[in-house]
Amino acid sequence: MRRVVVTGIGIISALGLNAGEFRKELFAGKSGLKDAANVDISDLKYSKVGEVIGFDEKEHFEKKMLPFLDRFSHFGIVSAREAIKDSGMTWETDTERERTAIITGTGAGGQGNLDDFYIDLFCNKKTRFPPTVVPRAMSNAVASHISMENGIYGPTYTITTACSSSNHAIGQAFHSVRIGTVDCAIAGGSETPLSYGNLKTWECMRVVSQDTCRPFSKDRSGMILGEGGATIVMETLESAEKRGAEIYCEIVGFGMSADAHHLTNPSSDGASRAISGAINDAKLNPEQVGYINAHGTGTQANDPMETEAIKKSFGEHAENIAISSTKSMHGHTLGAAGAIEAVATILALKHGTLPPTANFTEPDPKCDLDVIQNEAREKQVEAAVSNSFAFGGLNASVAFKNWR
Amino acid sequence: MSKNTADRVIAIVADYKEKPEDEITSETTLDELEMDSLDAMNLIFELEEEFDIEVPDDKVTEMKTIGEMVEGIEKLIELKEKGETVELADTGSNASEG
Repeated sequence: MRRVVVTGIGIISALGLNAGEFRKELFAGKSGLKDAANVDISDLKYSKVGEVIGFDEKEHFEKKMLPFLDRFSHFGIVSAREAIKDSGMTWETDTERERTAIITGTGAGGQGNLDDFYIDLFCNKKTRFPPTVVPRAMSNAVASHISMENGIYGPTYTITTACSSSNHAIGQAFHSVRIGTVDCAIAGGSETPLSYGNLKTWECMRVVSQDTCRPFSKDRSGMILGEGGATIVMETLESAEKRGAEIYCEIVGFGMSADAHHLTNPSSDGASRAISGAINDAKLNPEQVGYINAHGTGTQANDPMETEAIKKSFGEHAENIAISSTKSMHGHTLGAAGAIEAVATILALKHGTLPPTANFTEPDPKCDLDVIQNEAREKQVEAAVSNSFAFGGLNASVAFKNWR
Repeated sequence: MSKNTADRVIAIVADYKEKPEDEITSETTLDELEMDSLDAMNLIFELEEEFDIEVPDDKVTEMKTIGEMVEGIEKLIELKEKGETVELADTGSNASEG
């Protein structure tokens, strides 16, 4: 089978507007979770979000394009531009354009940002609306815009599996390149859940922390929602070497599973099936895995479940694996989480630095793994796994391998 | 054609297409402005907001030039002033392209 490598990354999150800023904050262990600045949630029970600060869409898009673009599209498209530029990839021939895939993930697309539309429709009884509400909100908008901007004709689609969306997207893209459906793929995800209505629905689920996000910590009290987008460019090793492209790391395995259990209460069996699936798909020995970027939402339910799942998949080696949840810094970005955390994992392998779990205070006996606490760890690991486990019990894990 | 309405339409079109107002006349066609169907829908929406009218779906496709747009808008304003809003509310149901 063909080998697949990552040659470009792009990211926008609460940790900055590009990959350079993200890396700096990530390795410094700085949490971007702060009191909401762009949305008034003063009457909600929580105040912190992982908000993108300083992004001006007018710097990135022509005025005539703006009515067609939701904020989730801004992040998806701009992160894709950064990843494509970073990779140095260009598409000259029809064959190259046909043999490139675009697969994006998002939980809600632009649906979460329809507050103003519904207020005008139902409360203000307004009758006139712009004709762009549908193309703005549709979940596949980002994939379509990336295709149009770059003239890419190959398989282009969007996956929506809640918090696993972009891990499923990256995994499907990896398999598509590995088996030869395409030679290159642009994969990632974006999400913008920070509208008042959407934040209220999360409050109702009682899973959002009134404090901050402290994954695997004994006093953890829930997740913090974040917004952002991330994209990676992957291609065959042959293609990357031919182009002389800089290789970040290799993508080696992808595992997926369903809990077949409960809509919101996760199962360690299901999560373990996805993790083991990725390891087996990669033909890795469990001992080769030295770092896991955990799903690590910081909820009471997830973190012990994930600890148990890792133990089921790795046995005694579980205690040797360094674990962190970078959601403690960029927040839970739902459908973008897999992509943002893939970038964190890729940077960890590339730079031999494992990002920490920020806001960590006290170990929890129920989460007795080697959690990297508050400060990054200088360590070059051979392979790493990034986990995403969604509401609905849909799990996706991706395995990456150091390239040196 | 009322100069006032024409000027307001041209100002909106110029702003929307980011073109100087003096490059747009009543003879300018939407094709010349490189407007696709969704562009045109967006522009109609902005004109509806500006003049507080509702352009029926079947009238949208009839507006091929800026002059026709101004004439249509003036007629709609006139009908509205006469209180004849029933016809304007009848917007048909075949606007979707997919």
